Amino acid sequence: MTAPAELDTPDTDELVDRPWVTIVWNDPVNLMSYVTHMLMELFGYSRDKATQLMLQVHHEGRAVVSNGTREQMEADVARCHAKGLWATLQQD
Amino acid sequence: MRFTRHKSRVTAVPDAVEVQILRQLGEELLGLVDEPAVSEDPLAALVGMPPGEVHPPDDPVLSRLLPDAYRDDPAAAGDFRRFTDADLRASKRANAKVVLASLPSDGGKLTLDRDQADAWLGCLNDLRLALGTALGVTEELDPEGYDENDPAYSALQVYGWLGYLQESLLSCLEPRTSP
Repeated sequence: MTAPAELDTPDTDELVDRPWVTIVWNDPVNLMSYVTHMLMELFGYSRDKATQLMLQVHHEGRAVVSNGTREQMEADVARCHAKGLWATLQQD
Repeated sequence: MRFTRHKSRVTAVPDAVEVQILRQLGEELLGLVDEPAVSEDPLAALVGMPPGEVHPPDDPVLSRLLPDAYRDDPAAAGDFRRFTDADLRASKRANAKVVLASLPSDGGKLTLDRDQADAWLGCLNDLRLALGTALGVTEELDPEGYDENDPAYSALQVYGWLGYLQESLLSCLEPRTSP
């Protein structure tokens, strides 16, 4: 009896499963109240959660506002752009 | 002029000058986000396919209104733009048209339902993005702190006023979340 050969499989999981994220970037024009309002409308966040994300954008320059498949994030970015939020997507 | 809420409606009473400013800005925005000149493949257009390559705008104002969706991947950003540019421009034009249509011709009361108020909110934001980008505003900007002789003085006053209008409209609207 021989043990099954140990296959040296590449670790593809990391590549395949790495989620995509939508990032909102800070800009000097959008009102803080407007960004909070839109994060609540677009993503269904509570006012507390949306405010926390808005402050992260304001202080750190960016915040991840959603994650999922590439297609989902493209849809989220398009919805952000329609509301004037400066958003991009990338693989996390 | 400021927005106030009356049950499910939002109202404001702009004077003739405010109407004139909003009309001019709205029409400029309409022109700015007009359909891009792309060489459409007639067959593709016939079957509702998106146009060929849509170039990112050179103009910083338009770049801010129609931003890249990918920061470090021009090819992916180009693909995204190809499929979304027309809709994004159309939504901004639709908002601007709602604003223009609701302006009382020579000042007076305007009344907005929720959909119209949302269109106003989006259009006011686009106007502030356009003006703010053109003026190169920063977060530290204080429109009140400018000298009257500064060439940008009037535009900065308008920019500040648009922010005030947008805040007053926001205070009338609870966010509505989609199911």
